[in-house]
Amino acid sequence: MVEVEAPAADRVDSGSPLPRGNGFGPWFVALLRRAWRQLTSMRTALVLLFLLAVAAIPGSLLPQRSIKIEDVNAYLRKNPDLGRTLDRFYLFDVFSSPWFSAIYLLLFVSLVGCLVPRLRTHVTALLRQPPDAPARLNRMPAYAEGQAREEDLPKLAALLRKRRFRVAVRGTTVSAEKGYLKETGNLLFHFSLLALLVSVAVSHWYGWHGSRNIVAGPDGRFCNTLQQYDDYGLGARVGAGDLPPFCMQLDRFETTYTANGQPTMFRAYVRYSDGRGAADKTTEIEVNHPLRVGGAGVYLLGRGYAPIIRYTDRFGKSQTSIQPFIPNDDRMTSSGVATFPDANVDPATRKQDPNDQIGFQGLYLPTMSSHDLTMAQSLHPDERNPRLLLVAYRGNLGMDAGLAQSVFTLDQSRINSGKLQKFDTTKALKPGEAWPLPDGSKVEFLGTRAFATMTVRHDPGEMYALGAAVCLLVGLLMSLWGKRRRIWLRVDGDRVEAGGLPRTDYSGFQAEFDEIVQAARKEGTFR
Amino acid sequence: MSALSDQLLIVTVLAYLAAMIGYAAEFSFGTRGVVARAATRARERELVTVGGPADAPVSPAPPAAPVQETPRGRAALVGRLAVALTAVGYLAHLATIVTRGLAANRVPWGNMYEFVLVVCFAGATAWLVLLSRRPAVRPLGLFVTLAEIVMLLIAGMRLHTEAGPLMPALNSYWLKIHVSAAAIASGVLLVGFVAAVLTLLRLGHDKGKRSFPFTLGQRLPDAQTLERLTFRVHAFAFPIWTFAIICGAIWAREAWTQYWSWDPKETWSFISWVIYAGYLHARATPSVKKTVATWIAILGWATMMINLFAINLVVTGMHSYAGVK
Ligand code: HEM
Repeated sequence: MVEVEAPAADRVDSGSPLPRGNGFGPWFVALLRRAWRQLTSMRTALVLLFLLAVAAIPGSLLPQRSIKIEDVNAYLRKNPDLGRTLDRFYLFDVFSSPWFSAIYLLLFVSLVGCLVPRLRTHVTALLRQPPDAPARLNRMPAYAEGQAREEDLPKLAALLRKRRFRVAVRGTTVSAEKGYLKETGNLLFHFSLLALLVSVAVSHWYGWHGSRNIVAGPDGRFCNTLQQYDDYGLGARVGAGDLPPFCMQLDRFETTYTANGQPTMFRAYVRYSDGRGAADKTTEIEVNHPLRVGGAGVYLLGRGYAPIIRYTDRFGKSQTSIQPFIPNDDRMTSSGVATFPDANVDPATRKQDPNDQIGFQGLYLPTMSSHDLTMAQSLHPDERNPRLLLVAYRGNLGMDAGLAQSVFTLDQSRINSGKLQKFDTTKALKPGEAWPLPDGSKVEFLGTRAFATMTVRHDPGEMYALGAAVCLLVGLLMSLWGKRRRIWLRVDGDRVEAGGLPRTDYSGFQAEFDEIVQAARKEGTFR
Repeated sequence: MSALSDQLLIVTVLAYLAAMIGYAAEFSFGTRGVVARAATRARERELVTVGGPADAPVSPAPPAAPVQETPRGRAALVGRLAVALTAVGYLAHLATIVTRGLAANRVPWGNMYEFVLVVCFAGATAWLVLLSRRPAVRPLGLFVTLAEIVMLLIAGMRLHTEAGPLMPALNSYWLKIHVSAAAIASGVLLVGFVAAVLTLLRLGHDKGKRSFPFTLGQRLPDAQTLERLTFRVHAFAFPIWTFAIICGAIWAREAWTQYWSWDPKETWSFISWVIYAGYLHARATPSVKKTVATWIAILGWATMMINLFAINLVVTGMHSYAGVK
């Protein structure tokens, strides 16, 4: 059997016995040293690696705040007690939880503790000559003997050098070693892991992102400030003032479909200014083709319709709402609201009764069935037979209560408590149609505009992460496919002995060794 | 074209099935097993005795050379036939994938059904390459084709979807790179999984276990060969898997804004990656038993399967492109 040296990290015993009776200090130091030795052992690293895998599992099974906070809130509403318990253990924030962080930080400490000595050993090995031959070459896994003269030694050494062995000649012995790239690759791989972690931290600290629905048209123009985002996240080291100034507007949105209504292309035609006062530039943004501006990427992540709803109150004053409706299915059945908190200002008193606000809950079907008029579902995502289904409410919308509210539904608790009251039956409107309400006001559906859901993200760590990932892969290949081996030749009188030792599991070693001996025989230096 | 592809899938499965029967026949009548070897050894002893010194006792039974030669030769023949049938299935498999691509007018790995077909194809490729380099591993064919057939049947019966165009999110050249790398890695790991299972059977048999699955171990190549093979296959697949994850991350940055967002598919790829890394470490650590290391490889495959089936079909995430209704 081939003797393969155990990696240094694996040669771990439980440490020397803890000194007793010498006082607390030395005992504590010994304890620490032993703990460090344990932590940096390969076995501990393996256990931590598995713990990390296990710890990631709940993050894929339970909804996560970092991915979709709405799902977490829905879960908490449905299972309040269980939810609260799970939340206490950070199970909705698994990947930023203290226990998850603890595992990978320990793993990386273990990695550093293991890598630094290995790096030192490896550098020493690189600087050092290949070690002298063992006393008895015939004990080596590969062995050959023959006849040679001392003058042949340089030729033998050259033969090995040509095969890219690192060669040292000491007296009548040639020592050769090859495959240093394996350990180099291995170290590269592990250091890349550390670099990856640092890049992720950079992304976390210095990155920011925000998203928003941009309705087509100049009035939907959006500028890169926090107030204009529907939601956003800033890294720990980013302030609101660090966002690069740029503005952007959606001119047109184009979608193509297959016959059965599957979309095949989304394209947003936008104009944007990069904040340096220059004129707007126009461009197109598609899924998979973000726009890069001001060091950030602008991504198209969704789209939908924003119905144009005009309400004329009983005093004859008109207001228009153009709010995005969120799609509920892939055929773009969309729901949303149009709210008119400033409606019904009495021209005589210039006052508005807060219980006289108007709101519409709406459902938009781009293609309504022409047979089944009760079906509240669109048949096709494109606008082929559009209908807007509206329910009118009057009362207090509760919009100034200061609570965060969904922009896609009216407050159901106000409807339940009677603060908001339905004041007519549901009505389905075609574009251009008007609906007179009992109080003498009217609502009109004027058509729709497209909106695009855009996410803007700046991630300064991503290029470092990519670099680390590439190094990681290169290191991995070197480490998995490299083979470390040594060959010695010793001339003694007119006899020559050759011994070979593969230092890693390498089944082709014998063949390589034989080939080298064969080549030497051909040259006549090994007879 | 789409219907043709579906029919070719049936041809593929039938050819693999026939190949499996061939491998099974060779497996049970072949000479590599302990029983067969013992029988051969007995015969050789007889022959030696016959040709021995004159005063040696006369051999009681004449050497039954022709009788013993036939099943041995026939078994090898059946084994070679099985390889030929595998090749036939492989060509049909290739044709299934190509016609599917032509029907959809795009690369044929845009949904889960197609992905599983390609994974199996990569597995079959890995198997044929392995076989051409080391004919001695042929007894593994029975289990490789079994795994292929199971996966293909699941794909054909449970995951089948009509050929169609891609949704916009998939319309990127990264689809070609990321998904094919993931499929190749998964296919090779499938073969690695089979090798790992057989290693455990063989190790168990060597330890004296004689209950059902371990009885199979007796006809397999020796434990060290199998264990090394398992390692080689995994060491080949792991960098491809790493590459697939890196490409996935680059693509995620183009399509979803962020290179890593702990989407369930990403999370499970990470879990598989960590476990396979654990396997490679465990195997490089002399104090960890080979059985334990091999079990880790099997665990790795279990997480791959969870990622493929459970995450695609049960959990929804951004990666929900399975297209299975
Ligand atoms: C994120 C965690 C880690 C991953 C994903 C990882 C991955 C890998 C991989 C893929 C290999 C190549 C296996 C081989 O050459 O056979 C390797 C080798 C190695 N790793 Fe790690 N590693 C990690 C952490 C660690 C830690 C913490 C240590 C030390 C305590 C360590 C020590 C080693 C050693 C000694 C080898 C060389 C084994 C050999 O001789 O080939 N690794 N690692």
